[in-house]
Amino acid sequence: MAELSFRMAVTRAVDEEMARDPNVILLGEDVRIWGAPRTEFRGLYDKYGPKRVFDTPISEAAIVGAAIGAAATGLRPIANIMFANFLGMCGDELINQLTQMRYMFGGKINLPVTLTGYFGAGLSAAAQHSRTLTGLLLSIPGLKIVVPSGPLEALGLLKSAIRDDNPVICLHHALLLSRPKKGELTEEEPEGEYIIPLGKAAVKREGGDVTVVATAAMVRRALSAADKLQQKGISVEVVDLRTLVPLDKQTIIDSVKKTGRLVIMDEEVRSASVAGQIAAIIAEEAFDFLDAPIKRVCAPDTPVPYSPVLEKFWMPDEDKLIKAILE
Amino acid sequence: MKGMMKKTKLIDMYTVMLRIRMFEERVAKEFADGNIPGFCHLYIGEEAVAAGVCANLKPTDYITSTHRGHGHAIAKGASTNRMMAELFGRKTGYNNGKGGSMHVADTGIGILGANGIVGAGTVIAGGAALSALVRGTDQVVACFLGDGATNNGRFHEGVNLAACLQLPVIYVIENNLYAESTRITDSCRVKDLADKAAAYGIPGVSVDGNDVLAVYEAAGEAVNRARKGKGPTILECKTYRWRGHYEGDPQVYKPKSEVEEWLKKDPISRLQKQLIETGIMAEQKADRVKQEIIDEVERAVKFARESPFPDPEEALEGVYA
Repeated sequence: MAELSFRMAVTRAVDEEMARDPNVILLGEDVRIWGAPRTEFRGLYDKYGPKRVFDTPISEAAIVGAAIGAAATGLRPIANIMFANFLGMCGDELINQLTQMRYMFGGKINLPVTLTGYFGAGLSAAAQHSRTLTGLLLSIPGLKIVVPSGPLEALGLLKSAIRDDNPVICLHHALLLSRPKKGELTEEEPEGEYIIPLGKAAVKREGGDVTVVATAAMVRRALSAADKLQQKGISVEVVDLRTLVPLDKQTIIDSVKKTGRLVIMDEEVRSASVAGQIAAIIAEEAFDFLDAPIKRVCAPDTPVPYSPVLEKFWMPDEDKLIKAILE
Repeated sequence: MKGMMKKTKLIDMYTVMLRIRMFEERVAKEFADGNIPGFCHLYIGEEAVAAGVCANLKPTDYITSTHRGHGHAIAKGASTNRMMAELFGRKTGYNNGKGGSMHVADTGIGILGANGIVGAGTVIAGGAALSALVRGTDQVVACFLGDGATNNGRFHEGVNLAACLQLPVIYVIENNLYAESTRITDSCRVKDLADKAAAYGIPGVSVDGNDVLAVYEAAGEAVNRARKGKGPTILECKTYRWRGHYEGDPQVYKPKSEVEEWLKKDPISRLQKQLIETGIMAEQKADRVKQEIIDEVERAVKFARESPFPDPEEALEGVYA
């Protein structure tokens, strides 16, 4: 059985959807020759040509603006904005246009745009190339937010995102998409159509003592922490949120009803993380099932530092999660 | 008077200009009377631009518009009933009462929306043009923008991308001398804004924006160029905003002599005079056209007034498909 890396998963998802639907086009910086800096689109220009894959100037506003105009007139564009931090360069397109046009037009238009990009720390890329920015994105109604935790999720969720009639942003964690020094993370490649619906969280590990809800690369860390805690006799249930919007609150509530304890692990800065929203939902809707206060394992409210020592301190990890669970 | 142009085309353009003028005059009144909430930016004085450009467009072509967008929508064929109803915040409006003056849209006739953000349409227009290219149609996009928008980064990004990909777009700069309260000479050192085209390696043309025939002709060339796959053009139409930036703007920044000078250049009476003097339109015909528009605007207000407001709970609908 072939192995599927995160990078291959993205390529496969876009390739399959471009083959399936002639209205799917790809726009972005450096997509033609590099296949974008992480090579996740490599080969698509050669396969689909200059009328489906467009190299653009370094103009995030023009890229996302073009995706909006193309979507409003019948296409299904994928627009790669490279690093999530660069969303600042297309703030108006993201905040005022893409996500509000349908509503402002009285629901009479669909904008099936998929934005893709890298997010997250862990590569010493410093403050301007490391943020998750999901807190900002969560404040924008009209946008769906996808945060895959591994190759299979990347494949199945991206395919759903491209088929979705709404604007969707798929944020691919830099650690998952990069080639780690000790070899690339892979999963067994599925044969045939592999789709994961948006808005369905996945219980990645069953447990009875505490629920850990985690996002993107944090899911891997939570699973690893759960292994360690198992040895101490603590049974951790790990829920992979998969999408922040739509938020699958039922899966979280069901898990909390079973375990009575909730820890949320997310790389966004603490004051803007989805963790706050999840904690509020559980406090409102499942308070009686809680045996302990809800804990949040998030990043501190600072920009992302550069030096590996500082960055490691900044990022949520297994030790911080284990500490929170043991508290 | 251009001999080549068909009489009906000329009268059509005249009618569109007058329809815009009288719609806007009525909006000013209804706004002052408190029947239209929010912000209103009127197009009075600039009618020749929308009419001259859109007279070159097919129903399947697209426009992107601005916060001062009523004229563009009317010129592209929008229903004054549904526009007025939208301004009144009614359920029967183009946007079901969710958009208002700054967001009137009807993608069915190619209106990709007025836009409350200055310069925003510049990048969206490129996408619609790219889409035409991908789908293999000969559609073109007219992107209306103001003089102020040409100083915004999006103008640069949008025009540059369109130039690189040779997209079928006509960037129509309505240079009405003011960006809100700021004179264009205080915000830009370029005299003819069409000269900015040189930065993108595309043609740039400046015309008298109060001469609908000049606008029609220049826009026609740009549209033909775009349809033939030869890429975008910048068309600057020099005109004047008769009203304030918004309704209620005391306009302390406009010299009186300047206002008087531009009132004399009224694009509508200018065209009317030409059409009557050359015998293209009889005076009785002019009167008839005017009366029909008076009736139409009256009907639009009646339609808006008698239309229901949306149910409050509709505020929750339409976010996601």
